[in-house]
Amino acid sequence: MTFLFFFIFAGFALAGAVGVVVLRNPFYCVLSLVVHLVALALLFLLLEAQFVAVAQIVVYAGAVMVLYVFVVGYVGGGDHPEPLWRAGTRQRALAIGFASAIFIELAIAVLGTGLSALGTEGIALTANYGTPEQIGELLLTDFLLAFELASMLLLVAAIGAVALAGRRGGIAEDEGNLSPRHGVVDLPRPAATGSMAEGVSGYGVTAPLPDPQFEGRELQQPARAAAEDDR
Amino acid sequence: MSVNWYLIVSAMIFTLGATGVMIRRNPLVVLLCLELMLNAGNLALIGFSRMWGNGAGEIFAIVVMVIAACEVAIGLGIIVALYRRRLPVDVDELSELHG
Repeated sequence: MTFLFFFIFAGFALAGAVGVVVLRNPFYCVLSLVVHLVALALLFLLLEAQFVAVAQIVVYAGAVMVLYVFVVGYVGGGDHPEPLWRAGTRQRALAIGFASAIFIELAIAVLGTGLSALGTEGIALTANYGTPEQIGELLLTDFLLAFELASMLLLVAAIGAVALAGRRGGIAEDEGNLSPRHGVVDLPRPAATGSMAEGVSGYGVTAPLPDPQFEGRELQQPARAAAEDDR
Repeated sequence: MSVNWYLIVSAMIFTLGATGVMIRRNPLVVLLCLELMLNAGNLALIGFSRMWGNGAGEIFAIVVMVIAACEVAIGLGIIVALYRRRLPVDVDELSELHG
């Protein structure tokens, strides 16, 4: 029975991995990776590692893949799927040759190993193998330093991601034209929404409704000039 | 099932991931293929952990997951920053580091 399950799950994991590599739309690649991760979690279950299997599904297939889906939706790429093969380069042939070399090397290492225990199912397990109790105890005793360093790494990565992806101008043409003396009330907003600046200037009461093309930019003369330059 | 089988599957997944890193040009997909390689490593670690019957390999796998999450956060941050600056989202054209 374990045999059958192993081949089913391994088949799904490999199919998901192939899908990630060959599918041309990045969104489908992400979905394919989700299949791969779930199949891999089931393989972890076959290896009696319950906690890691659950963490794999919750952290990977849940959180990390949602992040991927959002970024793929933001950046896109499905409109112009890349061709798998760019004519005139030998890159793919070289890559496949190199990957085959890696696989052959790994297979030799696994099959020709002196570790005779690799041919067995592993030694008899203690009752708490793979449970949260065991993982927690190990993390807080033998591997406390790794645990603390990992948490520090997560903190650094979170700060770094915000610093990298934070908005520093560049998405809209006219953002660079805002001079420092503009306050927060001058930032773009939909016109005629009753802001304080509009109330002071009598906007919407006496002034005619704006040209819809410049809606929301009425308070920024440089922006308007830039938009007219574009025309 | 002997641990050998899991290691062979792990080697196959690692090979597929390495192939993808080398032939794909969309950095998002390159990151996905990196995930494949990390997960292949995880499978091997869990297999070895099962072989020895102690939990050290599982701790390793969890640390690898943490590192993969960090890598994803930073990598996707870089891709979003590239997109915001209207640079091409293509690793072949991102050959210069000047800002």
